[in-house]
Amino acid sequence: MSEQLALLPGYLTAHLQLTLLALLSSAAVSLPLGVAVTRVRWLEQPALGVAGVIQTIPSLALLAVMVPLLAALGLQSIGFLPAFIGLTLYGVLPMLRNTVTGIAGVDPAIREAARAVGMTPAQQLRRVELPLAMPVIVAGIRTATVWTVGIATLSTPVGATSLGNYIFSGLQTRNSTAVLVGCVAAAALAMLLDGLVRALETGVRTRRRRRVAVVVAAMAALYLYTGLTLAAPLLSRSGRPVTIGAKTFTEQYILAHLLGQWVERETGRPTTQRQSLGSMVAFNALAAGDIDVYVDYSGTLWANEMGRQTVGMDRATVLAEVRTFLADAHGIRVAATLGFENAYAVAMRARDADAMRLTRLSDLTPLAPGLSMGGDYEFFSRPEWVAIRDTYGLAFGEQRTMDPALMYQAVAQGAVDLISAFTTDGRISAFDLRVLEDDRAAIPPYDALILVSARLARDWPDVLVALARLDGAIDVDTMRRMNLDVDERGADPITVAADFLSGLSRARPAGETR
Amino acid sequence: MIELQYLTKRYGNQVAVRDLSLTVDEGELLVLLGGSGSGKTTTLKMINRLIEPSAGSVLVDGRDVAELAPHDLRRRIGYAFQQVGLFPHMTVAENIGITPALLGWTEDKLRRRVDELLALVELDPDETRDRRPDQLSGGQQQRVGVARALAARPRLMLLDEPFGALDPLTRHRLQESFVRIRRELGLTAVFVTHDMVEALVLGDRIAVLQAGRLVQVGTPRTLMREPANDYVRQLLDTPRREAQLVESLLAREGL
Repeated sequence: MSEQLALLPGYLTAHLQLTLLALLSSAAVSLPLGVAVTRVRWLEQPALGVAGVIQTIPSLALLAVMVPLLAALGLQSIGFLPAFIGLTLYGVLPMLRNTVTGIAGVDPAIREAARAVGMTPAQQLRRVELPLAMPVIVAGIRTATVWTVGIATLSTPVGATSLGNYIFSGLQTRNSTAVLVGCVAAAALAMLLDGLVRALETGVRTRRRRRVAVVVAAMAALYLYTGLTLAAPLLSRSGRPVTIGAKTFTEQYILAHLLGQWVERETGRPTTQRQSLGSMVAFNALAAGDIDVYVDYSGTLWANEMGRQTVGMDRATVLAEVRTFLADAHGIRVAATLGFENAYAVAMRARDADAMRLTRLSDLTPLAPGLSMGGDYEFFSRPEWVAIRDTYGLAFGEQRTMDPALMYQAVAQGAVDLISAFTTDGRISAFDLRVLEDDRAAIPPYDALILVSARLARDWPDVLVALARLDGAIDVDTMRRMNLDVDERGADPITVAADFLSGLSRARPAGETR
Repeated sequence: MIELQYLTKRYGNQVAVRDLSLTVDEGELLVLLGGSGSGKTTTLKMINRLIEPSAGSVLVDGRDVAELAPHDLRRRIGYAFQQVGLFPHMTVAENIGITPALLGWTEDKLRRRVDELLALVELDPDETRDRRPDQLSGGQQQRVGVARALAARPRLMLLDEPFGALDPLTRHRLQESFVRIRRELGLTAVFVTHDMVEALVLGDRIAVLQAGRLVQVGTPRTLMREPANDYVRQLLDTPRREAQLVESLLAREGL
């Protein structure tokens, strides 16, 4: 609990930045547009139509689609910008619709009176139409506020830190405390902001100057805080923390914390985490310099980034080619190989394997049509799966995509016959599963590599040196144990990483490492 | 003071007002009289440019109103209408003071003017000033509406059936108040109504409109004596017919 709460200020601040700025720009778009629509009638259908269509896009997809869109435009495609733009678009409809409805709902007799007493069009708007439409417009702003706070939790997968980090990592590492903290904090924030907007509206309507002043001061303070926290890293460039990325599974969370703690301890530089990134998102973020460090696997890069499908390559060759490719194509450096492989594998209950006399993937080919196979979100669209499927001619009776955290339970309970597994996953032994041997070497080797951005290598050589000292530091058994600690024994990735590092310093006295 | 010259208003193929010319003299109250759809409201609204004419022109004090900015023109002309149109988010005082406020009067001058006007329309300033429109009766609301129209001391007033939605007793009291106010201030006014009695009581001259055309204009006496056509004759005869109807009803009841 206390480890989770320690993350709260950072996550909450990031969430607040996203939400407040997105709401501000939603309002900056929709309120003038709403007014324009009531003046220029033919604008109404197209404007409300486009906003309505945007609203029908599932929120996670809307945020995700920003990534390739911004990348195509050559803009920052990972992190704050895609989340900010997605959220802004999402907030437009409720505000726009209510502005139009509110203004159109003003009694025509009052409109006529406003003209007749000698108001200019601008005065009619400011003194009569907007005040009378205000309750309806504010209702739209409140709807947008609550939505935006909620949907901002989905910015985590596009690389923007938010309270969603609690929820995504909590679901992956089966940490219900983290999920709960994230949900409660998001709900509380939504209620707070909604309450502020409501208090402002009633204050203005009932003309309570003191109340309005208090609410405006509170809002100004929030925006000021947002502005300052956003500006701080820009102002002190030297103080920029080392940003460490993590993909969406337990091992990645542990390693990210491990690298972060290590860098802080060895170099004294502050670090920050950018967790729960999609596989492609993480690599692109590193290439673009949006993150500085993360761990990836040679086989993943081999297949995904280099587009290689050659079967039967040995570990050293793949590693050498990946190293060259990363340096030449992206300026990315391999700081260290951690010392273990985490390969994709196909696993099933040992009991079933024995009953079916299965030890190798080749044995599976004739039985596949009668079996069901579960895979994580990425598995069936990854080149590794294509390689396995084609090499062994596998055609399963059923393929199911499921959450990696639930996959092991599913196979252990017989809901599916086989799953895509990771060889470092502690649950393979914990659930008494067997990994089928890749006897025709369809899957490339998957050495865990610490990758660093070109910028880190250039600006912070001390960090590069510190990371290089982790070469060979983690063997596959250690990694499996750490994963199992988090996945099945309820340990926190931060604690597991810290325990490992304290063991490491005992094994390697300071004199040797420095 | 006002000259309407060959005014025409078309909506698509429909002609609301056709080739209408009229003059309103200084200090005179001219009633525009006619049934629904006769074009009387359209004609009135073309004077302060709430409606723009399709052809023809309106001269106020010899100046073509099309040359003035609409809001400047309207600040110089009082306007009261049946729906009143008080601003519900403002107090009575703010409603009455709106045109002077737009003209940039000082707070002090404005406050004095509001109290003066409330007294003029027979409302208690201390009791009414800070109320919201929805806390007033229909008659009180229209008194405030008239006060608002008079706030910036216009010499010309346009009234569109201002007392049409009120009960007969209230209507009668407001008509009496209005006659007094107009006399005190020496206002020029154009007054739209379809109520024959109201036209006779208030009007110095009456202009009868039928299907967008001006049929006849003259004093009540002229119209009674020399109606231009059957329509005018029947219209002018209405009060007498109604009185006879009431008489005969009473006679039948044996009263």
